Amino acid sequence: MCGVDYPLQATITRAMNNTTQSDIATLSERVSAALATARDLGASQAEASASRGAGLSATVRMREVETLEYHRDQGLAVTVFFEHRKGSASTSDLDPDAVAEAVQKACSLAQYAAEDEFAGLAAAERMARDIPDLDLYHPWDLEPAAAIELATECEAAGLAADARITNSEGATLSTHSGARVYGNTHGFLAGYPSSQHSLSCAVLASENGAMERDFDYSVSRSPELLESAGAIGREAAVRAVRRLGARKLDTATVPVLYPARLARSLFGHFVGAISGGNLYRKSTFLADALNQTVFADRVNVAEQSHIPGGLASAPFDAEGVATADRPLIDAGVLRGYVLGSYYARKLGLETTGNAGGIHNLVVDSTGESYDDLLAGMDRGLLLTELMGQGVNTVTGDYSRGAAGFWVEHGELCYPVNEITVAGNLADMYKQIEAVGTDVDLRGGIRTGSVLVGGMTIAGN
Amino acid sequence: MSNNTANPLQLAEERLLAPAELKDKHLDDALNALLRGGVDTAELYFQVARHESWSLEDGIVKEGSHSVERGVGVRAVAGEKTGFAYSDEIIAPALMSASQAASAIVRHGQQGAVQSWSPAGEQRLYAAFDPTASLPDSDKVALLQEVDRATRAIDPRVKQVMASIAGVQEIVLVCSSDGVYSADVRPLVRLNVAVIVEDGGRREQGYTGGGGRVAYDYFLDAERAIGYGREAVRQALVNLEAVPAPAGETVVVLGPGWPGVLLHEAIGHGLEGDFNRKGTSAFAGRMGERVASELCTVVDDGTLPERRGSLNMDDEGTPTRRTTLIENGRLVGYMQDRLNARLMGAEPTGNGRRESFAHLPLPRMTNTYMLPGPHEHDEIIASVDRGIYAHNFGGGQVDITSGKFVFSASEAYLIEGGKLGSPIRDATLIGDGPSVLQKVSMVGNNLKLDEGVGVCGKEGQSVPVGVGQPTLRVDGLTVGGTGGG
Repeated sequence: MCGVDYPLQATITRAMNNTTQSDIATLSERVSAALATARDLGASQAEASASRGAGLSATVRMREVETLEYHRDQGLAVTVFFEHRKGSASTSDLDPDAVAEAVQKACSLAQYAAEDEFAGLAAAERMARDIPDLDLYHPWDLEPAAAIELATECEAAGLAADARITNSEGATLSTHSGARVYGNTHGFLAGYPSSQHSLSCAVLASENGAMERDFDYSVSRSPELLESAGAIGREAAVRAVRRLGARKLDTATVPVLYPARLARSLFGHFVGAISGGNLYRKSTFLADALNQTVFADRVNVAEQSHIPGGLASAPFDAEGVATADRPLIDAGVLRGYVLGSYYARKLGLETTGNAGGIHNLVVDSTGESYDDLLAGMDRGLLLTELMGQGVNTVTGDYSRGAAGFWVEHGELCYPVNEITVAGNLADMYKQIEAVGTDVDLRGGIRTGSVLVGGMTIAGN
Repeated sequence: MSNNTANPLQLAEERLLAPAELKDKHLDDALNALLRGGVDTAELYFQVARHESWSLEDGIVKEGSHSVERGVGVRAVAGEKTGFAYSDEIIAPALMSASQAASAIVRHGQQGAVQSWSPAGEQRLYAAFDPTASLPDSDKVALLQEVDRATRAIDPRVKQVMASIAGVQEIVLVCSSDGVYSADVRPLVRLNVAVIVEDGGRREQGYTGGGGRVAYDYFLDAERAIGYGREAVRQALVNLEAVPAPAGETVVVLGPGWPGVLLHEAIGHGLEGDFNRKGTSAFAGRMGERVASELCTVVDDGTLPERRGSLNMDDEGTPTRRTTLIENGRLVGYMQDRLNARLMGAEPTGNGRRESFAHLPLPRMTNTYMLPGPHEHDEIIASVDRGIYAHNFGGGQVDITSGKFVFSASEAYLIEGGKLGSPIRDATLIGDGPSVLQKVSMVGNNLKLDEGVGVCGKEGQSVPVGVGQPTLRVDGLTVGGTGGG
């Protein structure tokens, strides 16, 4: 399944596979024991999840090793229900005694919780029946020296890319593999291994006493799908250098181009706004919006839970419910919510298999390339950075710090910073004029660049 | 109620070392395994944290949850290099294997020497008790229910109340090759209230809370918890009347207390030792220079009793202290952990903090605030012909290299002709750290610290912090609204 770019990989993969299989067996045993203990203590229902993982990360800064970190994490979380009373506990110690103690603690806390008729496991018939292999596990048994070498190569490419690159925050290679097991008293018990690797680089450019920082990164479940170290370093440098000489803009209302890496956030806010808790509390500007037009009619968005190797792919959700593919936005119209079983019951709906979140949100391109989008915008703001948390899900009010480029005639004129972009998400979604073909795969939300019709830029 | 007079070191040894029968010899062996040639410092950091939380929605306490995290982090520092490993099992073999892994940062060399251990001078800024045991579980539930009832009773427009209470007891023991052998027992509690109000189809939220290194009965004193509910409702109702915020640069008056998040973002992060050693901060190399108006004196103080951002010692065993960062406008101090202090030839300032045993210590803030000045709050508002008054904030963020920072106003008003006008909708404010404090033209005499809800994130690690300030007038910040500017 894997490529052979890294000669050591084949042998190490086998070794890790053995480890992981035994990890899954151990985790399954602990989860089963937790469920049995809960039953013994009188719980009418219970669920438990356990995970264990290990990894390595190496950071090189100014051509010297800065940190070498070995990661090893594990934990078990248990939730018990006494009819409709709920308690939960977790422990980082997977020793049988520590697990039993956590279950006891959850049971004792449940006695103080109020009767909540909606509390309980997801329905038994919704449990995943088969567990597809989603190609999530490509362990990388990287020797520390090899990790350091890759980080060194990455940073060196950034430092060498331009004379104005004068300093660095370093480059980091991280690799992590582990396993997760979930079980509940419906008899569901399943687990799977997964891995994730990343290489990132942040460098500083300086000119005339001003400094600018920027970064680039690559992340993947499979080491051979990482972008090359040199390309990441060079891209970080290009991004930092082009910010030099930034100025403020005058306050204006203009179109704004969100490049793919930032456009993801627009759809992240959307997921938050159609999530169960916010819908139930009506603490979202998209309350009661099902089957209504909430985006421009050219926008189509789907959840695709089973993309092989996808960063948010999962065979089942945090309650054991089978995940699926489904449309969320169809020609601008909202066709689904993001629900786990609890808020689904409170809303009189069915779970959508989203306990724990969305499993790959895919935004269809409207066919334009990135260059088409820039040309189509003609005059406006290309964003390169967003800052702060200025998004109010209750009202949709949106106001964030920004940096970017002023664009005239579809060409980048000069860098800008110390400005804000503001609007209301409900309006911004309807003003999406195009979604580019330049899809960014580095996250659970996959979208190309997004052109938004008109937003308020505050500056001078 | 636990024993408030417990000795932290004794308690830490009992809870962290005794269960695995770890003796001085094991600690010594581990440090020796870390101390290969070229290693300047080897350190073991033992930690156990017991955390609980209770949450209320729809008028009922739906759930209590509890977690335990325990482990040891080991670190070898050689020059600017750090080797780090950790284990969530506190047993001798795991300690040895983590030590061997961390020491791989240097490849070979002869043995260094472990200095004899001595406990550092002790501060007692808070008692060594377990806050989760400071109130019976049934009383925690009753407290949340009372908050819910009282908050709903304030106004019929209140449609939802969400309240939560949480407590943690963290016990840490630091043992290092340069002689540190110190422990701290850290209680921390918080209570939060969020409300949704509705009027004529318009919905708004209000959010508040507080806490500190105290027992839960803190929230019962003077109906403090109910006061949080009242404050959340007040904010939400103000927002029902809010008009679009202006867009563009204007005079901004910042209220006292939590708006001190301005200082945290605009200058605090930029004065952390690591960024200055590496020359990546916009403040690097500016020691002694004028970076603020003469009215500004800013300190970081980890020694305020029972405050959320306070610590008896930092996570490297250095006692916390009060560090003056800016004195009458001049940059006079950085915040240091041991690594950066050593490399910069400076003193550690008790700012070496880590989220847990599984994270490396970094220079971090504790409680960061500006000292009071000469002006009355009302006098400052009255001095502004046209601008905004920002009374409360959400969070903020900074790019320490360019110096640009943001923070979002959650309750703000127009100022017209020296008087407060309409409330304005949520807006982000953006400014430039190295220049914003130079634009401070008035400083209030009303220093206030925040209520105790701050969480600071850096390099993926979260730690509790405090902020504070008196009312400030800043003669120009960019306000990111949608209205005419």
